[in-house]
Amino acid sequence: MLETEFCGVRLKNPTRLASGILGVNAGQLLRVAREGAGAVTMKSIGPRERIGHNNPTVIEWEHGLLNAVGLPTPGYKNYDEEFEELKGLKKIGVPLIASIYGSKWEEFSEVARYVVEKKPDMIELDISCPNTEWHDIQFAADPEISAKIVSSVKNVAGKIPVIAKLTPAATSPVNVGKACEEAGADALCAGNTMPGMLIDADARRPILAFKKGGMSGPALKPINMKIVYELYEKVEIPIIGEGGISNGRDALEYIMAGATVCGIGSAVWQHGTGVFKKTCDEMKDWMKKEGYSKISELKGIAHEKK
Amino acid sequence: MKKSEEGCDCNCCGCNENDWPSWTKTRMVKIAKVREEFAGNMTFYMDEEMSFEPGQFAMVWLPGIDEKPIALIPWGKKYAFNIEAKGNATKKILESKAGSMLGVRGPYGKPFTVKGVKKAAIVAGGVGIDSVVLLAQRLAENKCKIAIILGGRTKERIVFENELGRCGKLYITTDDGSYGEKGYNVQVLEKLLKKEKFDMIYACGPEIMEVRALEIAQKYKCNFEASVERYMKCGIGVCGECVLDDKLVCADGPVFSGKELSKMKEFGKFAYLKSGRRVSLKEYYEWRQE
Repeated sequence: MLETEFCGVRLKNPTRLASGILGVNAGQLLRVAREGAGAVTMKSIGPRERIGHNNPTVIEWEHGLLNAVGLPTPGYKNYDEEFEELKGLKKIGVPLIASIYGSKWEEFSEVARYVVEKKPDMIELDISCPNTEWHDIQFAADPEISAKIVSSVKNVAGKIPVIAKLTPAATSPVNVGKACEEAGADALCAGNTMPGMLIDADARRPILAFKKGGMSGPALKPINMKIVYELYEKVEIPIIGEGGISNGRDALEYIMAGATVCGIGSAVWQHGTGVFKKTCDEMKDWMKKEGYSKISELKGIAHEKK
Repeated sequence: MKKSEEGCDCNCCGCNENDWPSWTKTRMVKIAKVREEFAGNMTFYMDEEMSFEPGQFAMVWLPGIDEKPIALIPWGKKYAFNIEAKGNATKKILESKAGSMLGVRGPYGKPFTVKGVKKAAIVAGGVGIDSVVLLAQRLAENKCKIAIILGGRTKERIVFENELGRCGKLYITTDDGSYGEKGYNVQVLEKLLKKEKFDMIYACGPEIMEVRALEIAQKYKCNFEASVERYMKCGIGVCGECVLDDKLVCADGPVFSGKELSKMKEFGKFAYLKSGRRVSLKEYYEWRQE
C-alpha cells in the first residue's frame, strides 16, 4: 500500500529520517530503520572534523524547535567504521541516504568522492544549512552556486542518485530547484529549516549560543508545503517534502502537494523513534477509509487537473 | 523521546498529546540561595516549583557562556542543582549569586524505577551523589529499606550526607581514608550483597564505578539501574549526540537497566566527542576534565 519508488530506489514506505536528527552513529540509524522508517539519512558529513556550536544548540518554543547545532562531524576520513556497520541496513531493507556538506562549494565533490566509494543508496547535498559562520546566506539561496555544486557532485557520483536540499529562505526556492534539476539533480528536498531567532526577555539576549538558528516543527509545515506544491508544477524530478510532519495526515498532505517521500525530524522529540510506524499506520487507516489502495494515487492530487 | 502513545509518565501539569509541549522550554529562574559544599562545589537552590522524578535532569543555561545537563535535587516543591567547577563554563556558573538568574529547561530524561522496590542499595560516587537524593527520598517514602553507599576521593567530596542519612543506612568510603572506610564504595556493595539480598542496586558515578557495580549485581543476580553520562546537546532526543549504542542518554536514559547496559558495546568503553567522533572512554574523560 505504501511501497514507494524514489529515484529508482525501493522504499517500504514514503517516510524517511531527515538529516541532522539522530544519525550520529550507525546504531541509531539501524534502530530507526528497524522501527519503521522507509529510508534513513546520516547526519551531514563534512570535509574535516568540526565540533559545531556551543550549547544551547536546540531549544523548544511554542510551535516547534529552533536549532543551531552547527554541523558537527568527525570528517569523512573518520567514517569507515560507521559505513561498515551500516551495511546492516541491507538486511532490514531500508535504503541509506548520505547527507554531505562543504564550507566552500568545491568541498562538496571532495566529500562526495569518498562517500561514493561507500555506495550509499542516495546522496543528499546539504546546501541549505542556516547554521554556519562561513557565509551569511545558504548556498541554496542562489540558483547559480547551487547548480555548480550539483554538477560537481554529479561528475563524481556515478549511478548514485543526488538530492539537492533546498532552503525556504531563498527568494525563489522554485528557481533554485529548477537550476538544480538542469544541473543534473535526481531529486529535490523541500526543505531545510527556516532561519530564525528567539530572545528571552529575562535573559535579555538570544537563547541559542549561535544566536540564530533553524526553525522546525509544526510552524514549518505551511512554509515548506507551499514550496513542494510549486516545485511539483515546475520540475519533473521527484521531491522529498519535509517540515512539520508528525502524523499520517501531515505526510498525506505533503504527498497531495506533490512529494514522493516525506521526511520526519523534529517529531522524533514528541513521539520518539516510533513516529515512523505511527505515521505509516495513520496513512494506511486514512487510505483504507477513503478507498485508496496505493500511495501513488494520491501524489499531487491537491493540484487542479490540467 | 520517552513520550509514548500512552502519554507522558511524568508528574507534569499534563502534556496533551496534541499540543506541542512547551512547558519544559527555557525560562530564567531566580537563584533563591547558594550553599558551598566545598571549595569549587556549590548548590544552587532555585526559586521555581517543578515536579520531577528521581534521576531526571534539567538543562542549565548561563547566558553567553554555556548550557549543561544537571541533575535535579528536591528542595520542597522546588529544586536545586549541585555544580562543581571543572571547565570554564562551570567556573562561571559558580560565580552566580543568590538573586541572580539561571536559564532552565526541563525536566528531561527517563527516571529510576521506584515502584515495587522493598529493599535497595544505592551506590553513588563523587558528582553522581546529587542524582540519588530524590531517589533515596522517594524510596524512603515508599517504606523501602535502603543502604546508601557513598564514595569520594576525600572527605569533602561526600556531599548531601545529611539529606541522604535521613532516608536509610549510610556507608561512606573515601579513596584516602580521610572519612569513613578507606577504599571504594563498590567494595562495600559487594560485602553487603554477600550477606543480604536486595531487590535493586542503583548506581550513579564515574562510569568505571558503574561498570564494577553492574558486574557485582550480575554476580549476585540482582536487578540493577545506573544513570549514565554522555556529552549532551539537545537534551530532548533529537540531535543524537549523546548516543550510547543505539540509545540516547538524554531521552532513552539517563537511567538504564542492567539488562540494557550489559548488551551495550559502548558502555564502559567508548563515548563520542563534540564532533561526533567515537573515542575510548579514557580519551573522552580526559576531554571532559578540561
